[in-house]
Amino acid sequence: MSATAVHSLWTTAATAADPIARIDAPKIEYGQLSPVLIVIGAAIIGILVEAFVPRRSRYHAQMFVSAVALIAAFAAVVALAARGYGTTKAGITAMGAVAVDGPALFLQGTILLTSLVGLFTFAERRLDPEQHGTRVDSFAAQAAAVPGSESEQKAVKAGFTTTEVFPLLLFAVVGMLVFPAANDLLTLFVALEVFSLPLYLLCALARRKRLMSQEAAVKYFLLGAFASAFTLFGIALLYGYAGSMSYGTIAQVVDGTVQNVTPALANTTGNDALLLVGSALVVMGLLFKVGAVPFHMWTPDVYQGAPTPVTGFMAAATKVAAFGALLRILYVVLPGLRWDWRPVMWGVAIVTMLAGAIVAITQTDIKRLLAYSSIAHAGFILAGVIATTPSGISSVLFYLAAYSFVTIGAFAVVTLVRDAGGEATHLSKWAGLGRRSPLVAAVFAVFLLAFAGIPLTSGFAGKFAVFKAAAEGGAAPLVVIGVISSAIAAFFYIRVIVLMFFSEPRPEGPTVAVPSPLTMTAIAVGVAVTVVLGVAPQYFLDLAGQAGVFVR
Amino acid sequence: MNPVNYLYLAALLFTIGATGVLVRRNAIVVFMCVELMLNACNLAFVAFSRMHGNLDGQIIAFFTMVVAAAEVVVGLAIIVSLFRSRHSASVDDASLMKL
Repeated sequence: MSATAVHSLWTTAATAADPIARIDAPKIEYGQLSPVLIVIGAAIIGILVEAFVPRRSRYHAQMFVSAVALIAAFAAVVALAARGYGTTKAGITAMGAVAVDGPALFLQGTILLTSLVGLFTFAERRLDPEQHGTRVDSFAAQAAAVPGSESEQKAVKAGFTTTEVFPLLLFAVVGMLVFPAANDLLTLFVALEVFSLPLYLLCALARRKRLMSQEAAVKYFLLGAFASAFTLFGIALLYGYAGSMSYGTIAQVVDGTVQNVTPALANTTGNDALLLVGSALVVMGLLFKVGAVPFHMWTPDVYQGAPTPVTGFMAAATKVAAFGALLRILYVVLPGLRWDWRPVMWGVAIVTMLAGAIVAITQTDIKRLLAYSSIAHAGFILAGVIATTPSGISSVLFYLAAYSFVTIGAFAVVTLVRDAGGEATHLSKWAGLGRRSPLVAAVFAVFLLAFAGIPLTSGFAGKFAVFKAAAEGGAAPLVVIGVISSAIAAFFYIRVIVLMFFSEPRPEGPTVAVPSPLTMTAIAVGVAVTVVLGVAPQYFLDLAGQAGVFVR
Repeated sequence: MNPVNYLYLAALLFTIGATGVLVRRNAIVVFMCVELMLNACNLAFVAFSRMHGNLDGQIIAFFTMVVAAAEVVVGLAIIVSLFRSRHSASVDDASLMKL
């Protein structure tokens, strides 16, 4: 296209002779987008509640709005799936921006249920002793007050609580719902930021150990912004390569089957450097969110410093959303490039599995230990991603669903074990917990066994599905390494169980707080899903199998 | 002028930004370097848009600006709260959680 023709795109000089074609209003499929729209509406209502509802009734109002929205959105996802939008009627909506298909609906359902459980842990107000007659949750009285200052004491005395966490949670959920369903690169980037920014803030809001919490937020923010800048540059290069942001068009250009190559594109479509560097940068940004090894440095610090309910939510839901987006990028946009990305992902998966499992052995803090365990699990899931078969997709979907409930339950248990300084996260303090409160220790042991992948827990079913898919997809060496690193990981999970049940409790050890029904529900749901998916996984494997086809 | 030169400039700015993130120690400066990287992306988008003769790239540049603005709001809030509690915005001082 000549320079004047290009200019006519944004100047009105040409209108007299050659009027601009009529611009049609975009067609939006509100019904198919309803899960996202419900949650975003509730998040905006949450902000209005913050502005207009009196302080004493805000907590209940926010709790009600958030819970109703998440349940309604989940019902919408189920309704869409029941009407066949996951299988036969799967399609691309919102002018090509969002795909509504099996994997998207499955992951959205998982994210919504996980967030609902996460919401219960956010709302827990019985763990800390009452301060000045008000029940307090895990979040700072006033985030802007300097830790230890007079203004903070005033805020505590006045009984302030940060009820803004509920709308922040909902906004993060909105981003996470769109992220795995995004069907063009711009939507992908905007969704990435929409769920990252609230999470950065939530990390900084801990009531206890505020310095650590702020430090975690700064680290997460700076590294997260750095990674998303790389993603954006990758998006720019892919746009330069294909001349379009749409996943489908880029895939066609990669395959060389595109119908209408304009002469203007001829300069860049042959340029493989743009494609290779661009896709590497985009995948890198997604691997950062997933927490795979070269990009995992933030995970332990952020998991340790963030308020534990936020850590649980982040560890579970972010991983689901990011793996969903990674799957869609690799399977829909870059299948034509798989001989290039598979060796790289092999390397990443091997290093992630081994490094996560080995470094976790040396950890002495329970939250850091779970962080490294989440890194190792990212490696196991990557093994399923590498399979590049339909069973690879469905096994990853199943693994994500199983893993997210185990994670959120495990972090909910961590919030219960407390001493005078808040949560007692140092492992030495967990010694003999099984003698003092057998039920909590037994529940935590169930979660640890599921992480380790012991049969009759969801972890085993998930790992089996992923490794089976990887082996069938021609990645047998990866399965061997996966099993070895599972064995290494099992060592430190079992070590914690031994520590809890077979060592003498310390006299000055922590106490186990009796939670409200909210956290009890969260933990009970975690245990129930872990056991049900472990004992009778077939129904859910079938469900994931039906959902395992991407729309193009 | 050949639009490809703008791409070289974008890559150069991006590299300067990335290097700055890695070597600078003040959280605010690190953050400014991230913004430089985002602006380099914008330049690349607009240059590609010109080369391809479609407007997608220019639209994306607007989105990037809005995202960058939102990021500034969140980022400065976090960095300022860190600075107020420690009287230092150095990323080296933030090391409570090192092993």
